[in-house]
Formats: sequence, structure tokens, C-alpha cells
Amino acid sequence: MKIFKRIKHLFLYEIVCGFALTFYYMFKRKVTLNYPYEKGPLSPRFRGEHALRRYPNGEERCIACKLCEAICPAQAITIEAEPREDGSRRTTRYDIDMTKCIYCGLCEEACPVDAIVEGPNFEYATETHEELLYNKERLLANGDRWEAEIAANLAADARYR
Amino acid sequence: MPKLTINGVELEVAPGTSVLQACEQLGVEVPRFCYHDKLSVPANCRMCLVEVEKTPKPVASCALPCGDGMIVHTDSPMVHKARKGVMEMLLINHPLDCPICDQGGECDLQDQAMGYGFDRSRYAEMKRAVKDKELGPLVKTVMTRCIHCTRCVRFADEIGGTPELGGVFRGEHMEIGTYITKALTSELSGNLIDICPVGALTNKPLAFEVRSWELQKTETIDVMDAIGCNIRVDARGGEVMRVLPRLNEDINEEWINDKTRFACDGLKRQRLDQPYVRRDGKLRPASWVEAFTMIATKLRETSPGRVAAIAGDLADCESMFALKTLMQSIGSPNMDCRQDGAEYDVTTRAAYIMNSGIAGIEQADAVLLIGTDPRHEGTMVNARIRKRWLRGGMRVGMIGAAVDLGYPYRHIGNTPQAIINLLSAVIPGREPAPSGGANPESRLVSCSKEPNGMPACAGMTKELNDFAQILQNAKKPMVIVGAGALARPDGAALQAAVFELAEKFNMIQPDWGVTSPMSGGTKSATTSSEVTPWNGFNVLQLAASRVGGIDLGFLPQANGFGLKGILDAAENGKMDLVWLLGADEIDTQKLNKSFVIYQGHHGDKGAHIADVVLPGSAYTEKSAIYVNTEGRPQMALQAVFPPGQAREDWAIIRAFSEVIGKPLLFDTLTQLRTKMIEAAPVLENIGKISVTPAQAGVPFGSLKKKENGMPAFAGMTNEPFMPVIGNFYMTDPISRASVTMAKCTAEILPLTMPEAAE
Repeated sequence: MKIFKRIKHLFLYEIVCGFALTFYYMFKRKVTLNYPYEKGPLSPRFRGEHALRRYPNGEERCIACKLCEAICPAQAITIEAEPREDGSRRTTRYDIDMTKCIYCGLCEEACPVDAIVEGPNFEYATETHEELLYNKERLLANGDRWEAEIAANLAADARYR
Repeated sequence: MPKLTINGVELEVAPGTSVLQACEQLGVEVPRFCYHDKLSVPANCRMCLVEVEKTPKPVASCALPCGDGMIVHTDSPMVHKARKGVMEMLLINHPLDCPICDQGGECDLQDQAMGYGFDRSRYAEMKRAVKDKELGPLVKTVMTRCIHCTRCVRFADEIGGTPELGGVFRGEHMEIGTYITKALTSELSGNLIDICPVGALTNKPLAFEVRSWELQKTETIDVMDAIGCNIRVDARGGEVMRVLPRLNEDINEEWINDKTRFACDGLKRQRLDQPYVRRDGKLRPASWVEAFTMIATKLRETSPGRVAAIAGDLADCESMFALKTLMQSIGSPNMDCRQDGAEYDVTTRAAYIMNSGIAGIEQADAVLLIGTDPRHEGTMVNARIRKRWLRGGMRVGMIGAAVDLGYPYRHIGNTPQAIINLLSAVIPGREPAPSGGANPESRLVSCSKEPNGMPACAGMTKELNDFAQILQNAKKPMVIVGAGALARPDGAALQAAVFELAEKFNMIQPDWGVTSPMSGGTKSATTSSEVTPWNGFNVLQLAASRVGGIDLGFLPQANGFGLKGILDAAENGKMDLVWLLGADEIDTQKLNKSFVIYQGHHGDKGAHIADVVLPGSAYTEKSAIYVNTEGRPQMALQAVFPPGQAREDWAIIRAFSEVIGKPLLFDTLTQLRTKMIEAAPVLENIGKISVTPAQAGVPFGSLKKKENGMPAFAGMTNEPFMPVIGNFYMTDPISRASVTMAKCTAEILPLTMPEAAE
């Protein structure tokens, strides 16, 4: 057996095997992405940037029940509410500190009206801390911008909820 | 004493106890909606069903008296099935709107549905919808949520004495409402919010603003009146959001009045959050150092005899003690804590407190109200009188302005004449009252000088004699005299006259004070009522600070002026420096010539005329002792921090004493309290009423003194008693700053006190 080992050493067998593997992968499909121009697939359950949704008629969904605020383990959500002019229950303030948020998704699970959701957007890096303190206006704008994707994701996942 | 077995545990209970109460004694939880231990038992929610052996069906435990040998199960499959069924029926028409319901998180139905509810509905039909009722500015209704427990109806009938709510229509169409749309006029209407087990009646001023779980709860004491109701202050992030009652059987049971509950939004408005000094005729923001320096400079140029201090209605004992010590170190004898100008006798404690206690009302069998409107001056006292009246066998008489108290009473006069008449009433089988040589009528100095020529003993003799008879026959009669009598110029004489009345009708029973009647804890009316010592002489004070201030001797010292003297001297330019400790309800115009320091928490009347404003803290912002009208010291705790640069009141006075180089001998609140209790030992027993031995021996000795052969009550004038509270909803700086109270003033006051609203 010693002689075979010597021969393998002599002909650099391991190195040839290594190069063969490398060579093999040159013909496989590439796994890397050209990121800003190419993006990987996302699950419908992906927990990205938060958004506050509206009903199709434009009415905001959030009813200020404060369940998301209560369940948030990072205490990133702050809500203040009072009756709106028409007497309905609405928030006057809905803040999420995105730097506190741990993206656990409990807020969207707690929401009885699917108002607060974590959408598919993950590209919202900023240069300052303050820009990541989202207010109600920003969250609603997110909702408006991402509504199509969010609705599709919710529909895709609906049967598992 | 029936003996019964509950879940295998044998238990002996008092006769008349219901099975539900027996379960509670044992710590067995029985769900309920309609049962409330302070209300009558209608047994209409059926949630408290239990199984009793040898009965074919489950029984409503709230309405089932314990019987001997009963065997009760609260945990059997039959009970669970029954409760599940009841819960399903209740939820048929209850909307699924917990997320937008203000009761969410503190809702009985929500909690019990977690235990007995099913996770889906078998009911496919449309749910019932009921139009919301308009109940005024305090109570918001969402009647679709109502489960018809009728607690609100029973509360309004029984406790409130304002039968304004009721159920109309039957069966599924039943609705709770006022029938004719109008605001609730009860001053206890806020309690409807607490007793409603669902979200049908909720807090209107606070609608949608808070959730119960985000509030920090502090158990403290109320200062809106002299009752000292036990309250819980719920705060969120430094802001007092709401006030709820706390159970204390001796004082407020579990109710509070609407001012206590809803005036808390006044704590956010009109606040003094930094010192101000007057420059060029205008108050301008200043630093603490500037403000103190200005006062110190002024104080240096003023002789001590021209310095005075007045304590307001909301002052706590600590700050009054600190201010009194400061005044003494300056050398000023001029101070008064009775900003209503009353000058009655305070030599014995029993002469200015409510001796029989609020709980003691339940033992009384005749009550005479003199110059007081307990419904608005001490709502809990009125609620207790009503509770006693409901039980039967008690009569109420009234000398004073005829007002609606929520129960019938005999109106036997509205002038001090009626007191004289009662004193001279001849009761069959009893000697006429000893008159000290003089005819009783002649004691009333101005009686015969009446301009309209009213005869000395005129008026209502029949009613009066009847009531004298009632008082005479009563075992435990009591008299409650209010500020309407005591705050008059002839208050001291009236106090003596009422005391005379108390003696004549055996209201102070001989062994009173031998063993302290109220050493804490409730005495039930059933236990040994014959031997319990009884003192039926009661003063219903108006302000939370009053008894504490008198206990501490915040009164004119030797050769000093009282309130009237201070104000008169100030008007004549003889009082150069006046320190107002939250005193707003005085005639501030008279202080125009003086240098006024206002220390307080609201920019009210006092602050407007002040030359220096020192921002203090309100009752939710400091740990302090208040003494209620029963003479019961109670500790208020800090719920939130004072706004801005405002500080605790005693600390302000302590800091100022340093500036004038006469530092007070305490550095911490604990040291202050030790010194204060040395000065007034009655403040030591927090939560208990103490009767000092001196009082026990010679109660009211000083009230009996006679001058020039005339009794102490000579000098009464025959002016009719006037109500002292014009607007119940605005009596102090906090409630005057409250938006909710302003709404009540606009909407409820015209219904209840038409003359005040005009």
C-alpha cells in the first residue's frame, strides 16, 4: 500500500483533484448575484421594512388598538391616539424606531386588521440615525408604495395563517 | 350559622350569606357580570351558575342563600357546560370589536371569555345593533356592547340616588338608556364606567387615548374635597391620564365623585413650571435664585409683624409645617389655614373633625344636617347617608338651604333660628332645656331685631317638634355641621350652638373616648351597638388641607392675625408681605398693596396678583400627608414628576430658609416628618383616627364656656344659611383648569344647580 501512496504523491494526485473540482464549478450555474442589478428571490413571509396599509378606498387600516405596541419585544413602537373628527378611533402618532426593531414580525402577527406589516423592502439604509425613526406619515407612504407586493405576499401566505 | 361544603371544603358562614360570597370567602373564583357586592342582586346574567347537590339544575349562586348542609360544586362538568352555554349566549350579540374598545385589557367579558368562551361562533344570523345613548360629557356609550347586567341601572338607583337609567323594551330588544335624552346629573356618574363589566359605558374624556396595560399605577389620596378618597392615579410618561377609586370601606367604599375622577386633565393646564417675578408691573420668568433673592430683600426691609402666611385648600401637611416653622423663625405670628375665613373653636380636636367617622354614619339612626350640602361638599358622606337611609330606620333633618340630596329629608328651617327652636323644643317627658336664667329666644341676639319683624321662634314648629322627637328617641343621633355654618362670621357661636344641640339630644354618649371608637377598621352596625362609644358631633370640612392645618396649628399665633385680620391689614397697607401657599379662594383684591408671594401649582387667582411666583407641585406629584375631615391622616404618593422647574413645596420653603440665613432644622422629608409628628402626634398613625386622651376626658370643654352669663353661642345672627359651593365642578385651581370640568359646568350644572349656572 505504501507504494500507491508514493505514486499519488509523485503525480500530485490531490492537487489534480482540487483543480478538477475548481474546473467543474466553472461550468456550474453561478450562485453570486450582481447585487444592485440582480436580486435573489424573497419568501412571501420575508420581514423587511415596515409599512402601514390602507383599505382600497384609501382609509387607513390602523385602529390604534396598540396591540403591536404592547407585543413589541424591543419596545420600538410608540402610539398615541384620540378620536378623529368623525368619531372613529385613529392614531395621531405612530412611530417605529427602526434601529430598535429586531424584525421579529410580532407586530404584524398581533395586528387584527393587517395594518402594520413588514414588507419585502430591505433597501432602506440611511446615513443618519434620525432617518430611521419612522413616523406615521413615512409608514403610510411605505404602505402606498409597496401595497401591490404586500398584498400579493399576504394573499400567497393567507392559507398558512 | 349555616354550614356548607364547597368543592369538598366545609365552611361555616354568617346567616344570609349567598353561595357566591361563601365561595369568595374560600377563595373559589365564580365568574359573574351582574353581581356587585355593593349593589342589590338581580341574578340576571346567569354567569355564576354552580351545581348544588340534590337540585336538578344549575343555580345562580349570587342569589342563593347558604343553607345548612348544602353541597356545592363550582368545578364540575355540569357547571362548566352551563357557564360555556351562558357565555355563548352573551357573545351572540356582543360585537367582536375588542381592538377598538376602550375596555379592552380590563374587561370582565374579555377575561371570562378566555376561560369559558368558544373560539368560534355557531350563530350565523345578523348581530343586534343598538343606537348609542347620549349621557353627557363624562360617560361614553357604545350600547351594542351592552350585556344587560343592569349594574348601571342599579348603581344610579341605589348608590347615586338619581334614578335616571333604566331598561326599555323586552327580550332581545331591551336597551339601557335614559328614555328622554339628557345628561346624567349624578355627581357619581363616573363610577358607572368602573362598574360596567363590558365596554358599553366608558370614559368619554379619555376615549381611545390609553390602554390599561400602558399605565403606571400609583395608589394615593384625593384632595378635591376633605373626604380624602382613596384613589389610584394612572399615569403614562409623566402625564396623569386617569384617576380611579381604590377600595376603602372606612371612607369611600369603592366610589369617587366626578370631580375627583375627571379633574385630572386640569393637572396639565395652567401649570406654573418656573419661577416668575414681577418687573415693571408684569410677571416675567426668572430663576429660583432671582426669585428667592427678591423675597429675601423684601423680607429684610419688613418687620416680622407685617409678614403673614395663608395656606390654601390643597396644601399638604409637610408644606404647612415647613411654612409655619419658617414664619416662626422670621418671628411672624400671622398665619391661617382657613382661607374661607372661618373662626371657630379649635382648642379640642373633636370640635373640628367628623367624630363618628364616615363609616359611623351606618350606625346612626337620625342625622341632622346644619348648613351643609353633603352631596356637593362631601359626596362620599352623602353616599353613606343614602346607604344608611336605604337600609331603613333612619331619619334625616336639614337646617339650611333646601337642596336635592338624593333622599328625602325633613327641612326644618334655613336659619340659625331653627337651632334655637330645636334647643328650646319641649319634649314630652323631659325637662325644658336648662336656659341659664335666660329665655332661649333671648340668646339669639339679633332675633328680635329682624327687620321684617319675624317673631323670635317663628316657623315650622310642627316639623321641628317632630324632628326633635325623632332626635330624642334616636339611639345614635348625629349632627353634621358644614362650612355653610362654620365659615360665617358667627361660625364660632354656631359651633357652640350645635354642640349644645349635640349635648341636649345625647349625641355624645358618656363613655365616648374611653375606648377609642375609631381606631381603624370598620365596625359593622351589628356588633354590640349598645356599648360602642358614640360621638355624633360632626364637622364636614370642605378642604383637604383644613384638618391637617388646624392639627399643625397653622393658625394665628399669640397676638397674630387670622385670615380676616391679615386681609384687612393688607387692605390698609399694614401687611407688607403675604406668603400664599396655594391660597386662591380669598379676596385677592385686598392684597394689592402688599408684596405677595404665591407658592402653588396653578396660575390661578393667587398667582395673578403675586409679585413672586414659586412653582410648587400638585397632589399627584409629591409624597405628602393629608388629613381628612374624620381626622384621619393619609399618605399621598408621588405618581409623576412636577413639570419644569417646579419642586416639592416643603423643599422650596426649606431652600428659601437657607437664603435668609435661618435654615430650617430638617434636610429630608423623613426628618421633616419626624419633627412634624413631634409637633402634632395625631399625624403619626397613617390611615387611622386617633383621639387624644385630653379630648377623651373633656370633650368640647371650651365650647361650653359662658361669657357674661351668656352661653357661648350668644352672638349668632339670624342670617339664613347659604350654600358654600356654587359650582361643584370648579372649586379649586385644578378643577378650574380642567377642560372636562368646564364641559360639566356647561352641560350638567344647569340641570342640577340651576341657580349656580346662571
